[in-house]
Amino acid sequence: MADQHDWRQQVLVLYLETSALDSKVVGWSQYDGTKQHLHMAGDSSEPPYQSGLDALYAGWRLFQSSPLLPHQSGNEFNTSYLKYEFFFEKWGAPSE
Amino acid sequence: MNAPKLSTRQMAEFAARGFLRFDAVVPEHINKQFLEDIGAVSTSNDNLAGHYRSIMDSGSVPTVDPGTPLDEAYPKTSAIANLIEVPQIKGAIQSLVGSNPAVDHHFLHVTFPPRFYTATSKQPQAQPTHQDSTIDPRQAFDVQLFYFPHDITPAMGGTRFIPGSQFRLVSEAALARYQNIRGQQHVVCRAGTVLLFHMGLWHGGGLNESDALRYLFKIRLCPRQKQENLWDRHRDPLSEQSRPIFWTKNAASPDHLATILTTPEPWFEADTQRLEFIRRIHFWRYISGDETFDADYWLTRIENEYS
Repeated sequence: MADQHDWRQQVLVLYLETSALDSKVVGWSQYDGTKQHLHMAGDSSEPPYQSGLDALYAGWRLFQSSPLLPHQSGNEFNTSYLKYEFFFEKWGAPSE
Repeated sequence: MNAPKLSTRQMAEFAARGFLRFDAVVPEHINKQFLEDIGAVSTSNDNLAGHYRSIMDSGSVPTVDPGTPLDEAYPKTSAIANLIEVPQIKGAIQSLVGSNPAVDHHFLHVTFPPRFYTATSKQPQAQPTHQDSTIDPRQAFDVQLFYFPHDITPAMGGTRFIPGSQFRLVSEAALARYQNIRGQQHVVCRAGTVLLFHMGLWHGGGLNESDALRYLFKIRLCPRQKQENLWDRHRDPLSEQSRPIFWTKNAASPDHLATILTTPEPWFEADTQRLEFIRRIHFWRYISGDETFDADYWLTRIENEYS
């Protein structure tokens, strides 16, 4: 097992149904700095967790979430990027 | 040959979900002609660039200036001309973008199996999800015809797309971060299947994990007329009557236009699903020419002002 100084970051991005961390996952992405898994577009049909809170239960650490922004005048009814984005991380030993 | 226009139900499905699918609609002899014309192979040992070059050199997929009317874009007896003359496809195109739209561009996508990458030191990857072209806030819309000339198995990584994403205003590959979205679909189909996408529909090519090359021919078509009442309103009509909302004992009828326009996708956020309903209602006003149209009061409520 590699020394902890050599550990790499694993990133989990969850897109939730509301701004609440315990709401349902509607989208997900993973980036694995340990090289254990190569994730890419379309690689799974079910999310790794059902909610953001489930990810916390599994040991993921939240480090960023989308702010709630007022709606720009004239643009109130447009939809765009996924709205409730939460970044989590873990640290792990790199793949040998 | 008679080209049946889309029904009201099909138009409503297009308004809500951003695509229509026609399974095995293209006859086998046209699929065969298309694959022969491009010199398709399923197990070539050639490299990626070499294979594309040989198809380009064959000239079977012509180069077309953007803006060329569809009627003039392809040689009359070519497989592509025959494809767009298939009655269901012709009728669908006419219903969405008019009788003689312009060709924006076309492209033959070839997705290669993993062994093609062994000499390149590149890791085969699925194409990230994206929206084609660029930010496009028009009410008018283009369509993209996706033609699958041979069977697409699950391992071939058929086009992945996100139903209901067509009205999201985003900038092309900016959404590449989204690897998976609830409700995403992967095209698995029989030869001769055609999908028609609203230009805004999020999509991406899948990873081809089979042993065979995968071919997809795509044409983007732009209207050259106002897209109003182009479909067959008398085919499979839907109720547009006002109906009680929220406090109602009746289940939503599948034969009501509002039911289709207010059916959410599993990935919609709780609040933005209502904005998507509003976008769909605006779209229906645009294609029907009825500026008073509403579904379940979503627009009437927020337009209720007095001067």
